[in-house]
Amino acid sequence: MKKWGSLALTLMLGAGLVLSGCGGNDASSNNGAAATSSPASTATAGASTQDTLVVGRGGDSASLDPAIVTDGESLKIAHQVFDSLLEYKPGTSEVQPSLADSWEVSPDGLTYTFKLHPGVKFHDGTDFNAEAVVFNFQRWSDPKSEFKFEGDSFDYYDSMFGPDGARVIKEVKAVDDLTVQFTLNQPQAPFLQNLAMTSFGIGSPAAIKEKKANFKNEPVGTGPFVFKEWKHNDSITLDKNANYWKAGLPKLNKVIVRSIPDNSARFNALQNGEIDLMEDLSPDDLSTLEGNTDLQKIERPPFNVAYLGFNFKKKPFDNVKVRQALNYAVNKQAIIDAFFAGQAQPAVNPMPPSLWGYNDQVKDYEYNLDKAKQLLAEAGYPNGLPDTVTLYAMPVSRPYMPDGKKVAEAIQADWEKIGVKTVIESPEWATYLDDTKAGEKDDIYMLGWTGDNGDPDNFLYTLLDKDAIPGNNRTFYVNEDLHKLLINAQKETDQAKRADLYKQAQVIIKEDAPWIPLVHTTPLLAAKANLKGFVPGPTGTEYYSEVYFE
Amino acid sequence: MSSYLLKRVMVLIPVLIGMTIIVFSIIHAIPGDPAETILGQKATEQSKQALREQLGLDKPWISQYFDYMGDLLKGDLGSSIRTKTPIAKEIVPYLAATLELTVAAMLFATFVGVNAGILSAWKQNSWFDYTAMIIALIGVSMPIFWLGLMEQLVFALKLHWLPSIGRMDQRDPVESITNLYVIDSILAGRWDQLWTVIKHLILPSIALGTIPMAIIARMTRSSMLEVMNSDYIRTAKAKGLSQFVVVYKHALKNSLIPVLTVVGLQTGALLGGAVLTETIFAWPGVGRYIFEAISSRDYPVIQSGILIIAFIFVIINLLVDLLYAVIDPRIQYK
Repeated sequence: MKKWGSLALTLMLGAGLVLSGCGGNDASSNNGAAATSSPASTATAGASTQDTLVVGRGGDSASLDPAIVTDGESLKIAHQVFDSLLEYKPGTSEVQPSLADSWEVSPDGLTYTFKLHPGVKFHDGTDFNAEAVVFNFQRWSDPKSEFKFEGDSFDYYDSMFGPDGARVIKEVKAVDDLTVQFTLNQPQAPFLQNLAMTSFGIGSPAAIKEKKANFKNEPVGTGPFVFKEWKHNDSITLDKNANYWKAGLPKLNKVIVRSIPDNSARFNALQNGEIDLMEDLSPDDLSTLEGNTDLQKIERPPFNVAYLGFNFKKKPFDNVKVRQALNYAVNKQAIIDAFFAGQAQPAVNPMPPSLWGYNDQVKDYEYNLDKAKQLLAEAGYPNGLPDTVTLYAMPVSRPYMPDGKKVAEAIQADWEKIGVKTVIESPEWATYLDDTKAGEKDDIYMLGWTGDNGDPDNFLYTLLDKDAIPGNNRTFYVNEDLHKLLINAQKETDQAKRADLYKQAQVIIKEDAPWIPLVHTTPLLAAKANLKGFVPGPTGTEYYSEVYFE
Repeated sequence: MSSYLLKRVMVLIPVLIGMTIIVFSIIHAIPGDPAETILGQKATEQSKQALREQLGLDKPWISQYFDYMGDLLKGDLGSSIRTKTPIAKEIVPYLAATLELTVAAMLFATFVGVNAGILSAWKQNSWFDYTAMIIALIGVSMPIFWLGLMEQLVFALKLHWLPSIGRMDQRDPVESITNLYVIDSILAGRWDQLWTVIKHLILPSIALGTIPMAIIARMTRSSMLEVMNSDYIRTAKAKGLSQFVVVYKHALKNSLIPVLTVVGLQTGALLGGAVLTETIFAWPGVGRYIFEAISSRDYPVIQSGILIIAFIFVIINLLVDLLYAVIDPRIQYK
């Protein structure tokens, strides 16, 4: 009798084990059969080329209408579904024709006339034409537009073309079916750069009218991929646009973009063949990646800056000598070696070297503790700073700063050597942004920026001009000469002259040292070795249309 | 029974109102400007002000509370600020995903936990007992994050037995009807996908179910031990019934009451507390939904999300209480 009991129990207990055991065996065979793209099947069956791309990224889109969002994850999808009048040449921030084949600018810089590409259709079958362009721009600029749905705000339109009451664009007019004319209130140097942004992708007027508020969930553009399905926080599926107006594109049949928040889990999924391309590889995983011949490393061009900002509201950081002294006391190369796995370069200026207008004549404050001590002494602090300095370190990981706290600790140790004691604080992100914006609690803060549109204005004016207080200039640094330069640069339409103005601006900023520019990072992506044609874009978005598998 | 049920349900109303007040106060105590967080560093001052007005953030919070309750009574949970979609519609797939995972995790936890507990009690002080209880001790203190990554490493990366992330094979998906993918694949008659869906469930449900499994095992063991020493069990044994019948038929039912409590409480805890598991396994569940809402200060989502979780928690407790009454009829008269 006892035997019966034990037998039954063993069976029940064993069931669980047996289940997972069997599961395993069947799983491996099933995997190969079901998923045509598992590593085994692609490696062996070279003849059947994979035509579905599965991308893994850290977060989900907020909305699929590019005009109402400011986050990169949303724009990334919109980039595949929508075309703008102009676009950036893949891998650069250089402008090239897209829906507009060509354009003419009036000598006074106030009228832009665009010739549109003929024969383009939206995904819903309606025609793309000048009227559609006018419709979209009216939707974005008119605060009372009936196509501005509940909760919508066109932030990038306001930010790039001025808020209501100070609009840069006066009028958008359809001259004929394929000619559209923009009249400006004042010349805007980065106008074409701005037009090329994903945010100004042209949506189908018919779809906007029909879907109304739901357009943000079911976008309709002219892009290489057609929106198919959105499972929130899980995946977004895009199908090939068979009638795409660029011949031969897209090369893929289907794109699935999955949200996998944890970096390690995402890398596991890539190694396991569940995804083909992953974004934001941790520098820690780089050696594993390089040891795996089935995978390849992809580097996004550096188009960002991470920096420490001095709070001018707090003494003694209003003193330029103190700021310069602390600049001398940061060992950027050591930080890069320790925390960025070499995937970064020391930052000298507030903008990345790949951007035009970068001043490579500006010399960085080298790592020199004696110089730092000497400057502190000149500032009246021969024994270091008397008070403990509050250093705000970012609590979140960003492409330009994977681990803010560790970097802050390294800097803390360096500063200790010149008699500057620091306490590191990392409040939760929303509080962090609030505090640094108010400038009451932090003495020095860490932050960064990724460029939006390939124009120096988007770094220098946006981050360091007095107009950006309160807002992105959290140092409260005001320099009238710099302000004049930056404003003149905005109005100047000759790019060579603008570049010169920005170079002068960088000299002033270096001397005043409102920041310690830390690094320009090279964000890392990883993909299967047989993935080709993927050109990483500096601003964080790229076309999947040229991607194919070998 | 019905008056007992009615009484229990009536008690829920003040509990839920209390919940709304607590959630509302906590959310408004979080520092940070929601407009800035929601719209991002790149938004203009003007659109931030517009958002504050639209959300009523410029009003005193008492009046914000009454506005919210008014909408709630009309069945309007509000709209997410981030995605600008009605929450009542948006939350359904997340709830379904979490429900599926929770059920799988609790099936695992209960099945393994109860059986291990019984066997430990039966073979008290044997090697099995010691091993099981040591495993239970480790299980309770296991960091889910670590366990999840280790599972991926072993079963997905090294052995290639199981998928490491997600809910199904997205390359060839089954159309969502109920959002419970096990049921959806059965409805669609897609047996291949059903198998894939189940495989996707295994690793996360083990990660999520390990702690409750350990708690249940320990609870079952001590509860069984107590019952096994009682007179009626001695009588049953004396009658010459097989040990299996004694344990599974006579002892188990009476030791189940405390176990049931634990199962109920753990199920409730898993519903909201699955954030880590959902993050590691990229499981689009309600824990992550609320977590992301918190980091982007999506007030309406935080409020309604927590309220829904609280509501489900309360309902589970109600069900547990009712089940007590079924198992032990004396309870409802107390």
